[in-house]
Amino acid sequence: MKTVSRPLLIGLLLAALVLLSLASLSAGKVWIPWNAWFAAADDLRSIIVFELRLPRTVLGIIVGAALGLTGAAMQGYTRNPLADPGILGVSSMAAFGAVVTMYFGALTTLPWLLPVGAMIGAVGGIAALLALSGAASSILTFVLAGMILNTVATAGVSLALNLAPTPWAVNEIVNWLLGSLADRSVDEVRMALPFVLIGSVLVMMLARPLDALTLGETGARSLGIDLGRTRVLLALGVGISVGASVAVTGVIGFVGLVTPHLLRPLVGARPGALLLPSALAGAVIVLAADVLVRLLPSVAELKLGVAMAGVGAPFFLALLINVRRRAV
Amino acid sequence: MTRLSATNLKVRFGDRTVLDGITVVFDSHQVTAVVGANGAGKSTLLTALAGLRKPDGGQVHLEDADIHGLAPRVRAQRVGFLPQIPEVAWPVDARTLVGLGRTPYIGGRGLSQADDEIVARALSTTGVDAFADRNVLTLSGGERGRVLIARALAGEPEWLLADEPLTGLDPGYQLDVASLFRRMTQDGCGVIVTLHDLHMAMRMADRVLVLGEGRVLADGSPEAALSPDVLARAYGVEARFWDGNAGRVIEIVGRRA
Repeated sequence: MKTVSRPLLIGLLLAALVLLSLASLSAGKVWIPWNAWFAAADDLRSIIVFELRLPRTVLGIIVGAALGLTGAAMQGYTRNPLADPGILGVSSMAAFGAVVTMYFGALTTLPWLLPVGAMIGAVGGIAALLALSGAASSILTFVLAGMILNTVATAGVSLALNLAPTPWAVNEIVNWLLGSLADRSVDEVRMALPFVLIGSVLVMMLARPLDALTLGETGARSLGIDLGRTRVLLALGVGISVGASVAVTGVIGFVGLVTPHLLRPLVGARPGALLLPSALAGAVIVLAADVLVRLLPSVAELKLGVAMAGVGAPFFLALLINVRRRAV
Repeated sequence: MTRLSATNLKVRFGDRTVLDGITVVFDSHQVTAVVGANGAGKSTLLTALAGLRKPDGGQVHLEDADIHGLAPRVRAQRVGFLPQIPEVAWPVDARTLVGLGRTPYIGGRGLSQADDEIVARALSTTGVDAFADRNVLTLSGGERGRVLIARALAGEPEWLLADEPLTGLDPGYQLDVASLFRRMTQDGCGVIVTLHDLHMAMRMADRVLVLGEGRVLADGSPEAALSPDVLARAYGVEARFWDGNAGRVIEIVGRRA
């Protein structure tokens, strides 16, 4: 196994993040090189950079980090390289929670309801996941439980669309569901950042328990790990950060699946050591994808969620084939 | 000398009674082998003694403390447990896996230099330092088994409870592990193992506990506890004994009519 020293890995990821942030501030319908950013306070280019692209960049980092981190934590907990908030239904439950608040149209007066709804959906989703998969947490029961959650959430969203009062409401919900970082403002950053931070801190506290779970549940308990506490931290941490992310960007899949998988060999496969690099790399991947969708020459900007699914689905397939081959 | 004791221990799975009122006191400085037929409750007894399963009745005491009253970390520092199924979820290297044995001591921090030294000692004691940097999932079953024993050693427990630690090891390594357990008892540790191999029980244990139908059928020195009479009741087999060069040998003649 070729592992990379931890400071080097984190340094490289941070460097990539800085470079991509610069690119993200420059890229778009008009390319604005960095020396034009501070041209003049009333220069349109400066306004574009600081009021449109800066929030979008920050959101990309926050959401990517949240997805990378929670993906790593869920893979560690389930001891399953095919787990992530998207596949196990946590993201769709968050979307369902958010859509419910949209459906009741309370957002114009109470915009805070959206993240609250999404977080309730996400925490409820992962709590249901842990309860459904129960003590015998085999890979199969987790995937089945995730499938049930995805089905329930999709049905709920469909119901909301079906009963939506106006075509405009349908349009709003669908557009949001596709997952994008476009046209976000500093309000969305304010909405998501504190919750993603709180959730991430809770998840980061799981490094030791996740390491110990390498030995299975009995092994971890014999090492003095309180699995009840681990589950509560996981449910709250993942639920809050995924809920807050989905609330501001819609569902962006596969980041949580792909990121930990790419980094695992570099950290010697230790689930706890994977958490921080996964958060950084998740931010790198989302930011890179978002810069890319802005540079693609197309009439309407490609939605980030769609782009990630386009890259992620074949990756998932390859992973599945690889796992099967190893099992035979 | 520390004591680990079970008082009137009862465990049920659904409406099946697995342990039906077991009372037993273990002293450290001894290797105790728990034997019995499949489903006799050996693993259940071991997990209950390790404080990993809350019994439906009765208590487990470590010295005078109820084991379920201890903080999980404190319990883990004092009682090491080796599960029967050697689960390893990720392709970590052997040294990292053995390092997990330090988990009860380190809380949130990383391994200190002292921890690293303890890990290195556990690796060399079990003779696995040659492949300390290899991916555990690429090791043979026997090699992996010894790495997991090293993991338990790295926890420096007062008690080591090992569920079928010899399964999958060749005869040479079985003897190595047996003498390793012997040395641990000389250092003051108490070792309790479940075994299927009655020859090894005879050979490595100071004391044998025979379980059957959730109760203790016999308890004593290997020669006394593994009598033909007890084996007939525990396993439904006819056995006879003769003295070989390396101790008493059990010959299983056949199923009892």
